[in-house]
Amino acid sequence: MSKENLDPKGLVKYFKDEFKTKIKKAEITVKPSGSNKREMTHIWMKIDKSIFKPFIKHLCEYQFPHMAVVSGNDYPKEIELVYHFSLDFGKERKEISLNVAVDVPKSKPEIETICDYIPGALITEREKQEMLGVKIIGIPDSRRLFLPDDFPEGVYPWRKNEKGMEKLIRNLHEVKK
Amino acid sequence: MSTKATTKTTYQLPIGPIHPALKEPVMFEFEMDGERIIEADVKLGHVHRAIEWTGMRRNSIQIIYLAERICGICSFVHPFAFCRAVESACDIEVPERAHYLRTIHGELERICSHMLWAGVAAHEIGFDSVLFLTWEMREKVLDLTEYLTGNRVTKGIMTLGGIRRDITPDQIPKIKETLNYLKDNFEKLRHVYLDDKTFKMRSQGVGILTKEDALKLCAVGPTTRASGIKKDVRVDQPYAAYGDIDMKHMTPDLLTGEVNGDVYDRIIVRLLEVKQSIEIMEEALDKMPSGDIVSEPKIPKLLAHIKKTVGEGVGRDEAPRGEVIHYVKFDGENENPYTWKVRASTYNNILAWIPMLKGEQIADIPIVAASTDPCMSCTNRVTIIDKNKKYILDKEQLHRLSVQKTRRLMR
Repeated sequence: MSKENLDPKGLVKYFKDEFKTKIKKAEITVKPSGSNKREMTHIWMKIDKSIFKPFIKHLCEYQFPHMAVVSGNDYPKEIELVYHFSLDFGKERKEISLNVAVDVPKSKPEIETICDYIPGALITEREKQEMLGVKIIGIPDSRRLFLPDDFPEGVYPWRKNEKGMEKLIRNLHEVKK
Repeated sequence: MSTKATTKTTYQLPIGPIHPALKEPVMFEFEMDGERIIEADVKLGHVHRAIEWTGMRRNSIQIIYLAERICGICSFVHPFAFCRAVESACDIEVPERAHYLRTIHGELERICSHMLWAGVAAHEIGFDSVLFLTWEMREKVLDLTEYLTGNRVTKGIMTLGGIRRDITPDQIPKIKETLNYLKDNFEKLRHVYLDDKTFKMRSQGVGILTKEDALKLCAVGPTTRASGIKKDVRVDQPYAAYGDIDMKHMTPDLLTGEVNGDVYDRIIVRLLEVKQSIEIMEEALDKMPSGDIVSEPKIPKLLAHIKKTVGEGVGRDEAPRGEVIHYVKFDGENENPYTWKVRASTYNNILAWIPMLKGEQIADIPIVAASTDPCMSCTNRVTIIDKNKKYILDKEQLHRLSVQKTRRLMR
């Protein structure tokens, strides 16, 4: 938290210097709002799964971020998790939203927990485990969050393929509910 | 925590799924030592209704009305955040006047919500005359909402690229009248909540959330601001017309000069925000430019544009309870979003309950739980299970305990 504050470009450079080509994509979008056209800055990054944990560590070394939520896109071959952070809050009109996407292969849907750095991520990690079927390695509390205890195993509501809800809706006997 | 072996000196106390503070279901499991809470655990999911799953099978215009039904109190901010996410993903422009109208409606909702909360907080400690006093004032705000939007709760005025109803010049006197009424009565409200001996006894030093915990657990809204963290999307990353209005973070030290992070501080923050909202509404009404209120009134054309879009967007919005964030992704083949993720504010404030409740008494549970202004409908989005737990202390009993504590302290 001791480092000086970087602008969005500096922030992207801060990560690129450390992880080089492992950062697959880094885009800065700026959108104006209101009569004064105040700018809202979003950084969209896509990183390789191998640097995920060091990336979070590197981020926390720069500044302790606010972890908003993790969203997940279910693609045919992989699951994309998008971690939404906010940085520089408390500085009027200077907040930066950092959205970090990471692909997890469907054959082995696993990712490390970030609860050891950011304890507030627990709720959203528990939700990703039950809704998307991504195993969070090292999660301090692996119980279900929203789904009832008798909800069938191996059904993940946000999956779009055979592991999704279709079976539960149409052929209830197949899921042994 | 339910699996932990209990020693002879402690016992377990399940509370819920009928909510101890609000009329919404959430399940608490406490590890108790006499009257003191030593461990707390929260279970959710009793009102999960799969809104995100449903939404991924509907088009963006239909989702606006679905998003409105996520929560009865935040019925403006959820569609607002969703629209902002879609607008940012699909590059839909919003006219300047619509930005101002959105700001005005957002602040109107904040006043409604904070006053509702203040009334509930008074009820929780057994001060029902204050509940009626507060809600009488809130009624005027609801009347104004009805006058401006046609509805008291689900407003149905949000749309992509603007807003559906304009504020005409002949409506302004009525808005000013209500705002003046609120300003005139604000002092009375402040006096009751902040100077009253009973309120102070029940709220000072109770349910403390330290600054460090609030930061680590990623708490949002008045809960985190009462702990001294300056975090408010309206100020940090101004959206709509907030960037044109001079405003700052409302933290309790503005009034008292210190930050304790207790229930009392959370009351201060919300009262300050009611005052701030009135000022924002007045300023927005004065500065509001003329012009269109929606950039593309033809909905089929809008949907055709969305259908062609490949992209993702995030909409962040400061709801009365804290930051709301919606994420959408479009694949360029469907009108329906490929992914829609909703994060309501209570979702991030749940973990903050645990440090707040530890060390408190049973009778303090209602007011501490209520002090984050929890909204379980927002947080939960499927079906209900009933586990037939024994020894459930129901809401009535719990409320009675809380009232008794107030009476005891007053003696």
